[in-house]
Amino acid sequence: MTLEIIQLVVSGAFLISGVFFVLAGAVGVLRLPDFYTRMHAAGMTDTLGAEFIIFGLMVQAGFTQTSLKLFLIAFLLFLTSPTASHAVADAAHHAGLKPLLGKFRAPNPAEVKANKVEKH
Amino acid sequence: MRKSAAILLLVLVLYWFTLSGYFDHTVLFVTGGLSVLAVVGLAARMNILDDETTPYFRFKSIGYFVWLFKEIVKANMAVVKAVLSPDMEISPSMFKVKMDHGTDLGRTTFANSITLTPGTISVEMEDGEILVHALLEEMTDLEGFKEMGVRSGKAVADPMNYVPKLAAKPKATKKRKGS
Amino acid sequence: MPTFLHYLNVSVAFLLLIGMALLLGRLLSGPTLYDRILAVNSFGTKTVLFLCVFSLIIGRADGIDIAILYALMNFIATIAVLKFFRYKALSMSLEDAHIDKPTVKTGTRKGGSKA
Repeated sequence: MTLEIIQLVVSGAFLISGVFFVLAGAVGVLRLPDFYTRMHAAGMTDTLGAEFIIFGLMVQAGFTQTSLKLFLIAFLLFLTSPTASHAVADAAHHAGLKPLLGKFRAPNPAEVKANKVEKH
Repeated sequence: MRKSAAILLLVLVLYWFTLSGYFDHTVLFVTGGLSVLAVVGLAARMNILDDETTPYFRFKSIGYFVWLFKEIVKANMAVVKAVLSPDMEISPSMFKVKMDHGTDLGRTTFANSITLTPGTISVEMEDGEILVHALLEEMTDLEGFKEMGVRSGKAVADPMNYVPKLAAKPKATKKRKGS
Repeated sequence: MPTFLHYLNVSVAFLLLIGMALLLGRLLSGPTLYDRILAVNSFGTKTVLFLCVFSLIIGRADGIDIAILYALMNFIATIAVLKFFRYKALSMSLEDAHIDKPTVKTGTRKGGSKA
């Protein structure tokens, strides 16, 4: 019984923090002003969000083949996601997409908030 | 060549067991073994059995991945704070980081580590330089890049003996290359 | 009997669906092609995660195999689309690709005579 509670707490903590990072990444992809900055938000989803969710599921699965397969998925995502990110950024740079440089602030906080409420 | 074939064989057998999960089924066992042998044979015939094809693993590298994970968590916190605050204060910048890794593996590890850390993305790799796009001002710190380069070099047995230094920050208008 | 863990997984799956819906907004409104590719790539990562959670919810491990396939296909599809829009073709001539040299080297070795 205590083992189940420990499993629940650990897996829940991993899953909730992973989902938090995934949602923050999705919000960032919507909010950030230009392509190169959006890539950072997407990278956040790919690294901590994905790994935390998969580790949380591994805690639930225990020492089984399912757990091994989940680890394989985590490993594949760990290898392929930076490569894909770099490929997208490189292609955009090669095509001449101009990055937004210098300090940036959201233009009008109230307006942004209104937009966010509209989009949700 | 023979060593990398043996490592590839071992990794493929482990991969097959992970995916199938059968230990006592004769037909599946034989066909799985045959397909593993066929893959190694095809790799040998394509002449790609070298250090690049063989999965690379060293026990010494584990320390690097622990360190990298810590860096990823730290960078994630900073990016989440910047993204979710109502007035996102970001200062995107693009700059070049010099690197002096001898092998392709070292260069790939370094560039992928930069991309894995949220807030910095390696946009383009040239001869000895990586064009990096950073989201926040605190991520343009070159000491951090130097540490990452030295550590990633150590992790793949490719020591980095160069002090990375900042090339001139490109202007916003200079980046348009013409499509 | 559904346990607390089950409800946790279901809520995680729903939150992942919300994240996917948010990304669909960027996919539809992305000003450039690369925004859309980025959104598709990120959407694929979330699909992999959703498949993992879903296969644990329904209690069948088969879904995880599909998730592995989806992770690999997502990567290959991204690279293929980028390559297509860069070269406007999926095939390259042998002179451009620089793949003829190793092929010749293989031919002189015993691999060629075997074939």
